[in-house]
Amino acid sequence: MVATSDIVIEVRDLDFYYGDIKALRGVSLNIKRNQVTALIGPSGCGKSTFLRLLNRMNDLIPGTRVEGQVMFEGQNLYDEDVNPVDIRRRIGMVFQKPNPFPKSIFNNVAYGPRLTGIKDKKKLDELVVRSLKQAAIWEEVKNSLDKSALSLSGGQQQRLCIARALAMAPEVLLMDEPTSALDPIATSRIEELVEVLKKDYTVVIVTHNMQQAARVSDDTAFFYMGEMVEMGNTERLFTKPEKQQTEHYITGRFG
Amino acid sequence: MTLTMGEGDVQMSTLSAGGNHASESTTRGVELKVQEGISKYFFLAAASTSLLVMALIMIFLFREGLAIFGKVNAVSFFFGKAWYPTYDPPEFGILALIVGSVSVTLFSSLVAIPLGVGTALYLSVLAGPTVREYVKAAVELLASLPSVVLGFLGMVVIAPTMQELLDIPTGLNIVSASIVLAIMAIPTITSISEDALYAVPRDNLEASYALGATRWETMSRILVPGALSGIGTAVILGMSRAMGETMVVLMVAGGAAQIPSSLFDSVRPMPASIAAEMGEAPFGGEHYHALFAIGIVLFLMTLVFNLVATYISTRFQQKGASTL
Repeated sequence: MVATSDIVIEVRDLDFYYGDIKALRGVSLNIKRNQVTALIGPSGCGKSTFLRLLNRMNDLIPGTRVEGQVMFEGQNLYDEDVNPVDIRRRIGMVFQKPNPFPKSIFNNVAYGPRLTGIKDKKKLDELVVRSLKQAAIWEEVKNSLDKSALSLSGGQQQRLCIARALAMAPEVLLMDEPTSALDPIATSRIEELVEVLKKDYTVVIVTHNMQQAARVSDDTAFFYMGEMVEMGNTERLFTKPEKQQTEHYITGRFG
Repeated sequence: MTLTMGEGDVQMSTLSAGGNHASESTTRGVELKVQEGISKYFFLAAASTSLLVMALIMIFLFREGLAIFGKVNAVSFFFGKAWYPTYDPPEFGILALIVGSVSVTLFSSLVAIPLGVGTALYLSVLAGPTVREYVKAAVELLASLPSVVLGFLGMVVIAPTMQELLDIPTGLNIVSASIVLAIMAIPTITSISEDALYAVPRDNLEASYALGATRWETMSRILVPGALSGIGTAVILGMSRAMGETMVVLMVAGGAAQIPSSLFDSVRPMPASIAAEMGEAPFGGEHYHALFAIGIVLFLMTLVFNLVATYISTRFQQKGASTL
């Protein structure tokens, strides 16, 4: 049993609807501080939907509805007085497909800090350099900060997107299948990066790649048909799954 | 390609079923080849017809128009302030007409750009699906209104109202013509801008929201910059439409060939002058040639607008979403 302070996000009885379709049913789980939590499950199981609920990105889709609670540092994200903009500044996100802005590398990373009102050139410079270093891409781009982000390779673009998210100094970093569009080498670099990032951040990563979940995560939650079937220590879940569905999925009987 | 396929058919059928079929296949091959040839030349002919017509119009326009410069020197034609084509001796100075066209075009774009781009932004960012459908339908309907109907509106509603409210000598002036022209240009600007806004990758907008940007910040920092080339094209095409529009300016601009000193003066834009006078200009006379020369000026101006639009849309095109 972990102490409460070790839990960053506590989800209680979360239901989610796209119009009339219930996409998530009664999901409850805890995300622990400075750990990597992997969400796995077959396509359409709701794992990405769940991830996007953690920083209220699903607010952007019309006709959706949330029931239940997502407690983030003791505050329900879905309380009426919570501004999703503030939440997204504290809970960063990296997407499935690298999506840098068609701007320079520098301006990509500086985008978020500028939104918070940082205009001082020196401060921005420091932030950009620090974020690029944290995302392990500094060495590759330090001489081309003014070049378009679109000139980078896919793997570099994705690390740039991570740097862009880190520039906001988020407390939690959500990653939605961040390597699904990348080659194996770029993938392993991102995975190494996730290992390092958890020292400073809490990471939640959605992946359809079970080896990836096993490699990078401390805890794993298995989703199936809109429900969270089982969650636990990654090694335990992969070696001694408690639920039959989990076992079937990780042994490759469906998915 | 067809021939080879035909031969292939021949060989295969010879092998499988003997000579009779082979000759049928050959016939079919030839038929196919003829068919393809015919369709190719038909479409080539169709395409060249429009090219040819275009070329003939150009030749005609320039032959009839350039003839005026034998009688009037170019400087006094372009920069002369007096347009008295039926006086004796006549004066052919088109500066007032050019200023007339430019003034209504510029002033109408002052009205049309914010409204057109604003509508596009509203449709692509803020409007719910139902509202969006209705507004889009309304904008399309606006585009389908005949310009003479809009001219009526200007003459019967806008001009008298303005005359009365502002207590000015005539309501047929730059402002009222510009308002009607703006109504005509808005659908062009809106629909092309909306396409451009729609073409901005959704991924980029999501990335912006995920960094804690508000809707306004995402719109002003990601959406509009991403669509800027398309919006620029839209604006210029809208202006070019206003510049070339005849009926509205003929009915609403007032028709005075003078250099305006205020926005509430009447003007005589180039297309209005051509339309009003061509019927009375004696065929082959100086007036006739002068009107064609105005046509050339008008053509070159809209051509420049369109070239600029093309340049903007290619030059500032952003590369699509991330490529791997």
